[in-house]
Amino acid sequence: MPDKIEELLREPLVVINLGLKGFAASLEKQEVEVIQVDWIPPAGGDEEMIDLLDKLL
Amino acid sequence: MDIKQKIEKANKEAVRRLTSGDPVLIDVAPAGEVIPGLEGKMITHSGPPIEWGHMCGAQQGAIIGMVIYEGWAESPKEARAKLEKGEFQLEPNHHHHAVGPMAGTISPSAPVWVVENRAFGNRAFCRQVEGRQQFGEYSQDALESLRLWRDVWAPTLQETLQKMGGLELNPIIIQALQMGDELHNRHSASSSLFANKMAVAISEADIPKERALPTLKYLAGHNLLFLGLAMACGKAITDPAGDVEYSTVVTAMTRNGTDFGIRVSGLGDEWFTAPAPVVDGLFLPGYSDDDAGLDMGDSAIAETVGWGAFTIGGAPGILTLVGGTPEDALEYTREMRKITTSTHPIYRMPAFGFAGTSVGIDIRKVVQTNISPIIDTAIAHKDPGYPIIGAGLVRAPIECFKQALIAFGQKYNT
Amino acid sequence: MAAGFVIRKNQYYDSVFLMGVNKRLSQTKGVLQTAVLMASEKNKQLLADIGIQGDQIVTAKPNDLIVAVIGETSQVVDSVLQGIDQALLALEEKGPASHLQTLEDGLVEKPNANLAVLTIPGEYVFREASKALEAGLNLFIFSSNVPIEEERKLKELAADKNLLVMGPDCGTSILGGVGIGFANVVNRGLFGAIGPSGTGLQEFTSQIHNAGYGISHAIGTGSRDLSDEIGGITTIQALDTLEADPQTKVVSIIAKPPGGKTLERLLARLKICSKPIVGCFLGARMDSFEGGDALTWAPTIDDAVLAAIQHVGEKPTVARIELTKQERELAAKSRADWAPGQRFLRGLFAGGTFCYQSQQILGEAGIVVHSNTPLNPQTKLTNPDRSSEHTMIDMGDEFYTQGRPHPMIDGTMRRLRILSESRDPSVAVLLLDFILGYNASMDPVGDVLDAIMEAKQTMRQQTGELMIVASICGTKEDPQELDLQVKLLREAGVIVFQSNAKATLFCCELFKPA
Repeated sequence: MPDKIEELLREPLVVINLGLKGFAASLEKQEVEVIQVDWIPPAGGDEEMIDLLDKLL
Repeated sequence: MDIKQKIEKANKEAVRRLTSGDPVLIDVAPAGEVIPGLEGKMITHSGPPIEWGHMCGAQQGAIIGMVIYEGWAESPKEARAKLEKGEFQLEPNHHHHAVGPMAGTISPSAPVWVVENRAFGNRAFCRQVEGRQQFGEYSQDALESLRLWRDVWAPTLQETLQKMGGLELNPIIIQALQMGDELHNRHSASSSLFANKMAVAISEADIPKERALPTLKYLAGHNLLFLGLAMACGKAITDPAGDVEYSTVVTAMTRNGTDFGIRVSGLGDEWFTAPAPVVDGLFLPGYSDDDAGLDMGDSAIAETVGWGAFTIGGAPGILTLVGGTPEDALEYTREMRKITTSTHPIYRMPAFGFAGTSVGIDIRKVVQTNISPIIDTAIAHKDPGYPIIGAGLVRAPIECFKQALIAFGQKYNT
Repeated sequence: MAAGFVIRKNQYYDSVFLMGVNKRLSQTKGVLQTAVLMASEKNKQLLADIGIQGDQIVTAKPNDLIVAVIGETSQVVDSVLQGIDQALLALEEKGPASHLQTLEDGLVEKPNANLAVLTIPGEYVFREASKALEAGLNLFIFSSNVPIEEERKLKELAADKNLLVMGPDCGTSILGGVGIGFANVVNRGLFGAIGPSGTGLQEFTSQIHNAGYGISHAIGTGSRDLSDEIGGITTIQALDTLEADPQTKVVSIIAKPPGGKTLERLLARLKICSKPIVGCFLGARMDSFEGGDALTWAPTIDDAVLAAIQHVGEKPTVARIELTKQERELAAKSRADWAPGQRFLRGLFAGGTFCYQSQQILGEAGIVVHSNTPLNPQTKLTNPDRSSEHTMIDMGDEFYTQGRPHPMIDGTMRRLRILSESRDPSVAVLLLDFILGYNASMDPVGDVLDAIMEAKQTMRQQTGELMIVASICGTKEDPQELDLQVKLLREAGVIVFQSNAKATLFCCELFKPA
């Protein structure tokens, strides 16, 4: 049974918003608990580093 | 266990070592007598390894100063000529369990602070802190305080410490962090706490007045006195964490004015270097950023153990020296949490609700977040022959961390 | 009664800090008295006074911390003393949150999070989304340009963990009354919805609301979920969930036709569904596919709304949507105003699903339509900027949104196109859509209103009247003020419908072969 998904529909949403601030703002307007992350690309977008980090972090 | 779990476990161990250090000042003694491997005509210096020809002006100036101080040459010209011929052995402090501020030079007859980490039994050393020779000045005038240190202040402290049986430094460090020191460029509280301890001890130690009085004056009048002790503590604390297999925790950050270098626990003694960065700072009257040399000194050992700019949010007084606003300072300190493994159980910051200082820089987190460790530091002149010219903030070059991560991947991710 | 103490060597603490620790320890159940202090001679005397003694206390130095506890039982004392390190750490900072830049930062701030919403560049989605799934979060991924094999991996990982991945390229979900992404403000109710398209779900949920009903949950699946590469993983998870959800009485699926294998899989699943299902697969006639007794096929979103409402049996309704007599008369009257050369319809859409549905309805009425996103590949425009005969343009297509804001957010591109169509004397009618709701433009009509007026003016000067037909997708509860948006359009002479299907039917009436 998809209990985690049922929980998502049943329980209040607690949201981590990565990216567009507007999406977080509209959730806040609906009184949803939300934290805005001003996401930036990992390792400044350096692909070699991203690959390495995938293995090590 | 997969590699990620091994790293987590190793980092936990590295941080356990970093946070259980118990530094005790046990001696002030001539470097040649106490520093392993510092023998003959050797001068050690700050930063990763570097040859004479590649050294920056300030470091060359400081080494010229040490050559004259040791009496190995009569004049700067002679000193330079001998250095160019390679007559003296030049090695990094870090290769000898030692550290030194700015040019960081240590020569055999120069007394050093000797700090023992009682939790692990290892010792580390730091030279005297002053404002001229270590910045590259080599005039007789500039060398005067080195001689007083050698002939009067250091022997007095040594005698006193022997009678005291050493001095535990964690109580001073903990208290100073709660009194607005960040233990890199602001040592007002720690120096004065230390001076208080020593004043009583010197009085009790029956030192002759002609030595006791100038030493007490020296202790009472030196705002950065404790920097040498803090750096020796930092080195004594980090050395036991220097060889934890699989750990991605940084165990040294240091600069020689040409290169910036780091060491990583799981990668042992290997250096990962990148060109030393420009310090963003404030300058003393008469100097400007045109005069500035690049980032220099072993003092970033402070940030390596979680002091300095890592705790600058708790030390707003430092901002008059390095610039910035209190809000910036708080933000720097918070930011450093993103690249560290843990918080210190006993080094705490009142400004953050007594939260522990951030400790255990993780090269993976540095690379991932693209957030480099921030360091607050003094600025030397780009040419030999000048005293301190300013102070400011600088970021460790991210390249060092990337190189280290690549090397780590090659070593462990087979 | 029991007593005990621990000593921490060389740990200096500010006395105010220690008083705070003392207070918290003393509030522990079963604790009678506590003392948390530095081992000064004076403090040692204090300890002796309350009966705490020991050799270690005698030798303790002023820099040593002593924590002493007197409790009802030795268990209480032991547990407090064992937790002392935790208590000393517990006074953590509660200052303003710092600038968060990573998912991990977010997880530290909200360890109880149950959903991550991603609007980051597609190339980074897999990495962040995998981490979110590993951390037990469901996902709403608005980002597009995620490689399809990555989408598949994410959805398989999620299915293993009983988590839901809405997206990538998911515009809309409404979970428990909360609109995520582009969503209209709708009542809660009995109707569940599933769909890959944001505007499809917006149209369905708004109409359900406007008909006086409500939505239990509307689950966006991402534009490619029903492709054979993905196989409808999210759609089927959503179906399982809504079937089990006690609030949901009817489940509607609003989508484009699935891939062949996925359709089989989906139909097999629908056959065993215990709740009524309405299937609306735009662009294809599905009536011949057997989906079991619970399944009703609906050709348009409006029909899906009607069918869903019929399932709850509350109101008798018409079998299919149709125009009213007045609307048909209006169409006939309007046609009479056209100049001889005005023959064509141009649809300029912000919502991709609307472009698609309009093509379907027009096609069924025997009207051949060209498009940049055609139902039939043979009617694909060679140049999306150049209309040909009857044309429907999806202005949200990549061709128009590469490096530019989507027309649901910014009307610039559509304004230009409205003006360029008005300079074509063969054009008789423009068909537009306006989409309200969270995250859409706050004044979508206002964004293009000046272009509408100017277009009418231009056409009038050279040829004749330019008719403009529009649909508005939205509810009175939306932040944009539905009534005002409608009023602005009507004042500009635009014929406004509350659904894209009806606006399109009206156009069919206008252009039906004589």
